[in-house]
Amino acid sequence: MFKSLAPPEYLATIDRVKCIRCKRCIQNCGWGVYSWGGDKVLIDTFKCVKCLRCYHYCPEEAIEIKDNPTKFKENAYWNFHTIRNIKKQAETGGIPLTGMGSDKPYTILFDNLLIDACQVTNPSIDPLREPMELRTYLGKKPSHVKVEKTKDGKLKLAEPLPPQIKLDVPIIFSPMSFGSISLNAQKVLAMAAKACGIVMNTGEGGLHEDLMPYKDNVIVQVASGRFGVTPEYLNAGVAVEIKIGQGAKPGIGGHLPGEKIPLEVARTRMIPVGTDALSPAPQHDIYSIEDLRQLIYAIKEATNYKPVSVKIAAVHNVAAIASGIVRAGADIVYLDGFRGGTGAAPSIIRDHLGIPIEHAIAAVDDRLRQEGIRNEASIIAAGGIRSSADAAKAIALGADAVGIATAALITMGCTTCGKCYTGNCSWGITTQRPELTARLDPEVYAERLTNLIHAWTHELKEILGALGINSIESMRGNRERLRGIGLDSAMLDILGVKPAGR
Amino acid sequence: MVEIDAKGAYYRDLNKKVREAVEKGEKEIVLKNVNGQYYIGDGLRGKSTIVVEGVPGNDLAAFMDGPTIRIKANAQDNIGNTMNSGKVIVEGNAGDVLGYGMRGGKLHIRGSVGYRVGIHMKGNKKQAPTIVVGGTAGDFFGEYMAGGVLVLLGLSNDGEPLVGDYLGTGMHGGAIYIRGEVEKKNCGAEVGVLELDDEDKKVLKEVLTDYCSDLGLKLEDIMSKGFKKLVPVSARPYGNLYAY
Repeated sequence: MFKSLAPPEYLATIDRVKCIRCKRCIQNCGWGVYSWGGDKVLIDTFKCVKCLRCYHYCPEEAIEIKDNPTKFKENAYWNFHTIRNIKKQAETGGIPLTGMGSDKPYTILFDNLLIDACQVTNPSIDPLREPMELRTYLGKKPSHVKVEKTKDGKLKLAEPLPPQIKLDVPIIFSPMSFGSISLNAQKVLAMAAKACGIVMNTGEGGLHEDLMPYKDNVIVQVASGRFGVTPEYLNAGVAVEIKIGQGAKPGIGGHLPGEKIPLEVARTRMIPVGTDALSPAPQHDIYSIEDLRQLIYAIKEATNYKPVSVKIAAVHNVAAIASGIVRAGADIVYLDGFRGGTGAAPSIIRDHLGIPIEHAIAAVDDRLRQEGIRNEASIIAAGGIRSSADAAKAIALGADAVGIATAALITMGCTTCGKCYTGNCSWGITTQRPELTARLDPEVYAERLTNLIHAWTHELKEILGALGINSIESMRGNRERLRGIGLDSAMLDILGVKPAGR
Repeated sequence: MVEIDAKGAYYRDLNKKVREAVEKGEKEIVLKNVNGQYYIGDGLRGKSTIVVEGVPGNDLAAFMDGPTIRIKANAQDNIGNTMNSGKVIVEGNAGDVLGYGMRGGKLHIRGSVGYRVGIHMKGNKKQAPTIVVGGTAGDFFGEYMAGGVLVLLGLSNDGEPLVGDYLGTGMHGGAIYIRGEVEKKNCGAEVGVLELDDEDKKVLKEVLTDYCSDLGLKLEDIMSKGFKKLVPVSARPYGNLYAY
């Protein structure tokens, strides 16, 4: 057989002196790197993705995964991945797929923004002593309220408020479907969402019956494949999301490879086992804002007017599109930046289409304010939120809450190896192979994910304290408390922030 | 039986009345003077029958789960959007994007339909949707189809071609039956055109017997002309598109 001219990225090595031949590496590797050769462990390093499962489960620390030193001759223009993709395409004629968000060295705007702090003239607040309010309500806010007096002289609202989603922290878990991730991984998200008083999103793969106990912490999604969408499903969660696009693959559809469609996933999606689950690029009943409005209200009619979120990828014209979405009746606009993760996307799309979330938040928040409709919908910003600092900056730019997914998967063992589309995840996250998914104990990892959210909660409170404010509401859209470093004037203008030092 | 006058009614009020009637256990609900109201039967459950007199608006029977709706006139777009079970009978023509993402139940259309009908229908052994169109269909009939049965009869054509282009593009499950000849140039690359076998004839007979009884047609008349069957040539039409 023709040997691939694309060399392995990593070299899996075993220290033969330390190795006690326990074969744990063979059991743990989902990729088939290791096999038993009768007297020693054999290594097929071409299959290694550096997910480090073997390393963590080797009792003797005998395993080392190195970057392959025998790479192509690289230069600043023709780097390893560029050359490797060409070799792979020459050998297969296919589109190279990838997982996770884009890793390309574009400017990271979050890293060029700094948050203000109080000194002397405006006292900071100590969050250890003072209450700090992070609670956030997602949904339409009325532009005015009518109040009436009851018989005993108390005031009450004359009309009910539009429905709201209550979050104890302005963070949600971004959509990841059953199929793209394992049911155990979804359980981790659901359990942690419940423990933290926030919500997870089902993605487009139905709501498995095991998640029903967590339905008050679930947003269900309707996308172009309409997988798993029943009246029960629409009514199960706290809101329904219409997915138009995804930051990692704006303008293209979903494609869950057949390797990840065993019986259980096929059953919830109502498609044949082992076929690729295709979510067409557009929803074929939505070709305009008017069509979108029609689906939003079809869902509202079917759910007795639950909040509806519309998720779009951050693209060049995002502000005008978001304005249309709000006018179409959406309660939430979910913006997904180009750094956002994916289970499977063509790398050419992931790395070259869309815009960063930071620009999108600023542009959408500006536009909705200019048009006087900012109160009509909440903004969720996602697509590369790595820390509570990114979350704080996104909120200061104008988001109501942020969505995280990659960060949540990292708490489950993910090392961002980017091979989610193969269905071989050794950590049991992005796979449906039962021997692999069984490793992910939902209770153990839900606790870790809860820890992460609690840690970010404390950090957000510290940031608010340093800013001398005691409510996340005071930070929302408060770009005066951000400064840019190393950004040109056009960029500062778009972001609506001053340069550091001014 | 209960009658509801839809004259000048806002869709939200009309649908609320329908929902209340269904919840009360009304077996038959007649909607008089319907004129373009959206979302009739949207998300509705139960076993009621709703008779629509007049032309209803878009997204009729979207997400519907159980009831039967008979429309005694033409109908518009998006009927049976992501419908789960139940039946919609249209005695006239219907518009575009019927049965999008449909999961179960039946659409019986007496006349012709527009573009993008039966896109991404899905099904399994437990439940599968059926759409039968009496007249002609536009482009993208059965695109991305993953399950269920689509039948196109061409009983009346008003000079239109039997079916448009891109028939069954991206199809990866289910079956399309066309009464008459199908030209390969109209079909998506993922579709194979076959003759009917005994199992197909059984399926068709069952589907069409029900269709005929709903619309007062004779099965023999329909079966007098031959059918072609369209199925996906591959369970993974785009399996080779990607490099891993």
